Amino acid sequence: MFGPQSSLVMYDEEYQRILSILEKMLRESNSKVIFLVDKNGQLIAATGETANLDTTSLASLTAGNIAATGGLAKLIGEKEFSILFHEGEKDNIHISIVGGRVILVVIFDQRSSLGLVRLRVKKTSLDLAGVFEDLAKKAMAQIAAAGTASASPFAEITDDDIDNLFN
Amino acid sequence: MSFINYASREINCKIVYYGPGLCGKTTNLQYIYNKTANDAKGKMISLATETERTLFFDFLPLALGEIRGFKTRFHLYTVPGQVFYDASRKLILKGVDGVVFVADSQEARLDANIESLENLKDNLAEQGFNIEKIPFVIQYNKRDLPDLTSVDELSKLLNERKVPELEASAMTGEGVFETLKAAAKLVLNDLKKGG
Ligand SMILES: Nc1nc2c(ncn2[C@@H]2O[C@H](COP(=O)(O)OP(=O)(O)OP(=O)(O)O)[C@@H](O)[C@H]2O)c(=O)[nH]1
Ligand SMILES: [Mg+2]
Repeated sequence: MFGPQSSLVMYDEEYQRILSILEKMLRESNSKVIFLVDKNGQLIAATGETANLDTTSLASLTAGNIAATGGLAKLIGEKEFSILFHEGEKDNIHISIVGGRVILVVIFDQRSSLGLVRLRVKKTSLDLAGVFEDLAKKAMAQIAAAGTASASPFAEITDDDIDNLFN
Repeated sequence: MSFINYASREINCKIVYYGPGLCGKTTNLQYIYNKTANDAKGKMISLATETERTLFFDFLPLALGEIRGFKTRFHLYTVPGQVFYDASRKLILKGVDGVVFVADSQEARLDANIESLENLKDNLAEQGFNIEKIPFVIQYNKRDLPDLTSVDELSKLLNERKVPELEASAMTGEGVFETLKAAAKLVLNDLKKGG
């Protein structure tokens, strides 16, 4: 059922858990911004100094970056590169894959360090992987209960609803 | 693959514009970007060569409004059409919810259209999509130019599945929103079925 066509679904409970995990990591690593992106470029959650940041663009480019390096990895016979690190003059960006499906992005400056970020990323990844396992179970349970994959709030939409979007 | 977020009450879908080099994919997105109100769009990102050919992708996030209390967001992507960028095209197709195939109506580009459509089929199949089922629309672009293949002929050659097909001139904007709307409709209807 979990082919490429199935949706990623996020519920309030798991979203709050994710957010508090990210907030904890932000404090413990002294970083500036942390966000979580789905491998297809959809932003899942963000915390820290996000006010002046175009998180939608960041999410899309991060996913593109991971996709491109994943392509490179395959070409040389690696499964994937699970960590990417870019060093800037002031800010650095640490990108890692969590649970095979989502991408954890940490932006930090000299108040933190690569060593500290690495350490915290390891712990955070484990915590996040737990939440995503729970999400997957929930989705399975929904499908089993409904007999189909249609736990979607869109099951009842009409053509008029769709037409109205474009007016 | 759409993303339904109950926490923020949002739904995100991904539409990819596919087609041969220079058929007008980027021009479609640029027109949409230019004609959309600021509060309904994000920044358009174009990863392009110095000669404005798409190198990796164009990206345009759109917010179309609400359905049943859910904000509907569409992420529009274009692929690079030049033949040798095939590895990048495969990456962009990951997690796609709907495809717009932009055909170049000029006679001289007929073979390029057919080749690109074959390439799309191969790449979708490789990602595990069912080519007969994925939301799909075809745009016959550049209808403003001379020496065109007729729409009947194009339809016969490119539209086996009899999906929605639209004539367009992306440079003037004719047919651009109609195409997007047709694709968005199919994608939302697909979600309705519990895709
Ligand atoms: N006359 C005319 N020109 C068009 C139309 N659409 C696009 N063009 C022109 O065709 C050229 C290529 O358009 P792009 O949108 O960059 O093409 P593309 O499909 O993104 O090309 P790649 O990025 O290489 O895959 C540009 O010079 C456009 O101005 C159209 O409807 N009519
Ligand atoms: Mg282009």
